[in-house]
Amino acid sequence: MESNQSSLFQEALVRLTSNKLSLFSCIYILIIVFIAIITPLIAPYDYAFQDLDLGPSPPSAEHLLGTDTLGRDLLTRMMFGSRISLMVGFLATVVALVIGVMWGTIAGFKGGKTDTVMMRIVDVLYGIPFIILIILLMVIFGRNLILLFMAIGAVEWLTMARIVRSQVMGLSKQEFILAAEAMGVRKINIIFRHLIPNAIGPVIVYATLTVPQIMLLEAFLSFLGLGVQAPLSSWGILIRDGAVSMEEYWWLLVFPSLTFSLTLFSLNFIGDGLRDALDPRSGP
Amino acid sequence: MFELILKRLGTAIPVLLAVITLTFLMVHSAPGGPFDAEKAVTPEVLAKLNEKYNLDAPLWEQYSDYLFSVVQGDFGPSFRYPSRSVTELITTGLPITFELAVYAIIFALMLGVSAGILGALKPNTFYDYIPMTTAMLGICVPSIILGPSLILTFGIWLEWLPVGGWGDIPGDKILPTITLGTAYAAYCARLTRGGMLEVLNQDFIRTARAKGLSEFRVVVVHALRGGLTPVIAFLGPAMAGLLAGSFVVETIFGIPGLGRFYVEAAFNRDYTMILGSSIFFSCLIISFNLLSDVIAASINPKLRQ
Amino acid sequence: MRLRILLLLLPFVLFSCGPSETPVSRAHADSILYMGNGTEPQDLDPHVVTGVPESHILMALLEGLVIRHPEGLDPLPGAAESWDISSDGTTYTFNIRSTAVWSNGDPVTAYDFVYAWKRMLIPSLGSKYPDMLYDVVNAEEFNKGTIKDFNLVGVKAINDKTLEVKLKNPATYFIGLLAHYTTRPVHKATVEKFGSIDTIGSQWTRPGNFIGNGPFTLEEWKLNKVLIVKKSNNYWDAENVRLNEIHFFPIDNTSREDLMFRSGQLHVTSTVPPEKVEVYREQYPDTIHIDPYYGTYYYRFNTEKEPFDNKLVRQALSLALDRRQIVEKVSKGGQSPAFSFTPPDPNSYYPPTSLDFNPEQAKELLKKAGYEDGSFPDFELLYNTSEGHQKLAQAVQQMWRTNLGLNMTLANTDWKVYLSRQSVGDFSISRAGWIGDYHDPKTFLDMMVTGRGNNQTGWSNLKYDNLLAEAAKSTSQEQRFDLLYKAEEILMDELPIIPIYTYTRIYMLHESVKGWNPNLLDSHPYQFVSIEN
Repeated sequence: MESNQSSLFQEALVRLTSNKLSLFSCIYILIIVFIAIITPLIAPYDYAFQDLDLGPSPPSAEHLLGTDTLGRDLLTRMMFGSRISLMVGFLATVVALVIGVMWGTIAGFKGGKTDTVMMRIVDVLYGIPFIILIILLMVIFGRNLILLFMAIGAVEWLTMARIVRSQVMGLSKQEFILAAEAMGVRKINIIFRHLIPNAIGPVIVYATLTVPQIMLLEAFLSFLGLGVQAPLSSWGILIRDGAVSMEEYWWLLVFPSLTFSLTLFSLNFIGDGLRDALDPRSGP
Repeated sequence: MFELILKRLGTAIPVLLAVITLTFLMVHSAPGGPFDAEKAVTPEVLAKLNEKYNLDAPLWEQYSDYLFSVVQGDFGPSFRYPSRSVTELITTGLPITFELAVYAIIFALMLGVSAGILGALKPNTFYDYIPMTTAMLGICVPSIILGPSLILTFGIWLEWLPVGGWGDIPGDKILPTITLGTAYAAYCARLTRGGMLEVLNQDFIRTARAKGLSEFRVVVVHALRGGLTPVIAFLGPAMAGLLAGSFVVETIFGIPGLGRFYVEAAFNRDYTMILGSSIFFSCLIISFNLLSDVIAASINPKLRQ
Repeated sequence: MRLRILLLLLPFVLFSCGPSETPVSRAHADSILYMGNGTEPQDLDPHVVTGVPESHILMALLEGLVIRHPEGLDPLPGAAESWDISSDGTTYTFNIRSTAVWSNGDPVTAYDFVYAWKRMLIPSLGSKYPDMLYDVVNAEEFNKGTIKDFNLVGVKAINDKTLEVKLKNPATYFIGLLAHYTTRPVHKATVEKFGSIDTIGSQWTRPGNFIGNGPFTLEEWKLNKVLIVKKSNNYWDAENVRLNEIHFFPIDNTSREDLMFRSGQLHVTSTVPPEKVEVYREQYPDTIHIDPYYGTYYYRFNTEKEPFDNKLVRQALSLALDRRQIVEKVSKGGQSPAFSFTPPDPNSYYPPTSLDFNPEQAKELLKKAGYEDGSFPDFELLYNTSEGHQKLAQAVQQMWRTNLGLNMTLANTDWKVYLSRQSVGDFSISRAGWIGDYHDPKTFLDMMVTGRGNNQTGWSNLKYDNLLAEAAKSTSQEQRFDLLYKAEEILMDELPIIPIYTYTRIYMLHESVKGWNPNLLDSHPYQFVSIEN
């Protein structure tokens, strides 16, 4: 069993990188992340510096991507914004992933009363008003990014759990699982070695779709006052602000949206690559 | 199957009760009340209003009073719209939001599932990239951009479609449906594709093909079943998410639906409306989750418990 | 730049050249006014509602003793065709018009007004702004419950057509106040058909039930869609009312409202999206209107907390604020910088001012207050979620950082949380706005009297309170204004609040609409409005 696992990952890595599209996507993501990390060193302006006399201006030599309505450099704001968006996007997805997968796997595998109780808890959490929850969290915990992850993770894991559960339920009845149980393999090993890797397909797909969803949710929450406070920005916030003036100042919408879309597409190609790579049955 | 339905309905009551209790506690803990306004109300008037709406009674009393009236079907008057009952607000907005959500889901399924099938059948080719990319635009382009862009293009510049409303001018349901449905189309597409790819690589598919079954049978009868499983699991929460998430689209297009009322109720601290809507949405979520589980189980017998 | 303007103009060109019929293009024949009206009205009960959208609708449905003048001059006779004021200024006698009737034909009587004011003031109803009538003798006492008999309140029906009102003090602004919807009559029989005098939320305000005495009647009310009023044939001046119908649309999304106006669905909007103001001013100066409005945008200090308990600090912050930059580069809505709390009016109330932009002096004051460079504590600006407030806050944050080296963080907060934090004093500095209910400085200056509900700064100045109390007793407008100028001077010296700019009303108005004149209170009585070709 042991040797099978390590060679599976090695094999997966090879397969992942041989897919051109996912390779390029990986490179793109790495570049974006790298830029985000070194932003404070290379950003052309201060992200809060306003040039009120200049106001909103289209791309020019001094401001490569233009300026916003308070005369702030868009490129700088996008660079600083990427730090927030990437951090929030990835981390919140990881939180949602971990909770959702665990919850859904246990519910799907154990079935019966455990499943009922766990899924009914999910139903209850779906039912409570999200905005009130956010406002309460904001009041109790004040305004910080950790809270933002909590809040976002608290919402996204629910759907993840449902999807995982249905996958696991399907898998649990398959012969190889039943065989493993009959052989006396410990439940925890079944979960981690067999169920999760096999159920991971749709989960990865959903996870890569969740990241942009989370970034936009973050924009909505920041708009409401929870999370990123002005004058800090994130891609989601820049997109929102740009959407309002899309007819007058097109660059405020186009550049953030383009970057956002490219990142999304890359993530999805990587996700596809991952899915293909990890699927023990695909390939020669 | 019948057992599943009965059991689920049985657990509905405790779920609803939990939702009511949690929501009740939450709204009463959130700062700011229904009567706070920019021009401050005097303490005397505030006391009078609290008395009128029973807000000065101890919390547990308000809670039990509320439960008692809910059981009788009375969800109380809206705090924000004094002459309208919560029931009235919900029944006015619901059919509209529901219709919008259904159209959006149908659109999402049609667009998404077909793109997903195409992609799964011919992975990593032209037939994969184009439909999937188009479906993906739905996620990339959030409603706040897509909606106004569509309105600008089709409503103002081309003048083909109306700029807003729902049911007033023929064709005014098209743009909102597309705006709301595109994001879900992307999910459907990717989940279908992912699910089908999973199934298509399994042995029994190889067997079926080897046996000489037509491609159509292989795809539709066998692979699709497995491919649709994640989509259906997703549909339950998707429907629920659509109903609440329709708020943005409703605001952009001026659709008098429940989504708007629900969100505004939270901002206005309209306690009765928040509670009533939460109960209502929970019922819907329970029903839709149940429905999607039933459908999933009937497609894939292995999912029956 | 040219391409952008062209793209923006395209829709105007398209819809003005096109043969397609829009509601606005048909409106001349139908005489229907389509109005963007902000949010869905909470109710139509004048003793319950508090918002601007509701006031627009009530202007069509109910008529008070007087009507606002369409050009903002002195009020015109409404349900009262004339009135006498006693020489000491405290007794008003109104003669109710003989031709004034309710929409069901019942005559409008003085008793209707007495009933309405009782309903407004009766404590068990819980109306939110009973203080509109507090100038009337014993009104406040009755409303607070110290007097139980309404007959002791200074409003009496001498007979069907004569109403007598007795005031505590000669209030020179009282006639202006009587145009406000809270003082209008309600139809007793209708109200009591659905409940008692103090019932709120009954069905009497629904179409089919609502009986009003205004130029229009309530025809249809579709929740979150449209509210339609139709010309009332029983209105005493019906022959001069040229509009047949008004459709009020509750549109709370400014982009959508803009699109609806551009596609010919609206005659008048409630606002204009901020980014479009500049472009429309350049390209469509006849359609966009920017009218001065009787309101002030200001920042509020919590004077009970350090460091804003120190007057020098507050003055320093005010001096370091470049109001002109803000109105020209940030809010960009044609507003004027405000140097007094009450919006100045060159034709009447024009307070002297000492406020200015002087960062050097600001630095000096801060030093004098004991805060050398870098020792000023960080503080937080509280404001409610809004693009406009956020933009302004960021600009101010930058100004105070550049000019004074201060570190202010921004706290964008949910509306209700924002309100509740201010009311309990959980803030250092917050954003605020105030619109006058009637055209008189009292509606602004009264707020800052010790302990008033809308003060919320913890500031208390006895001299200020006394000046206002004295002004209330004055019979001469000139004398009164002099006292108020002195009060305003104290306010601008102490600065518990820093005025930033005077509001403007920015909206789009289709050129076919006539009789819609700019005025400080943004009142456009519909009987003077018509739609030409």
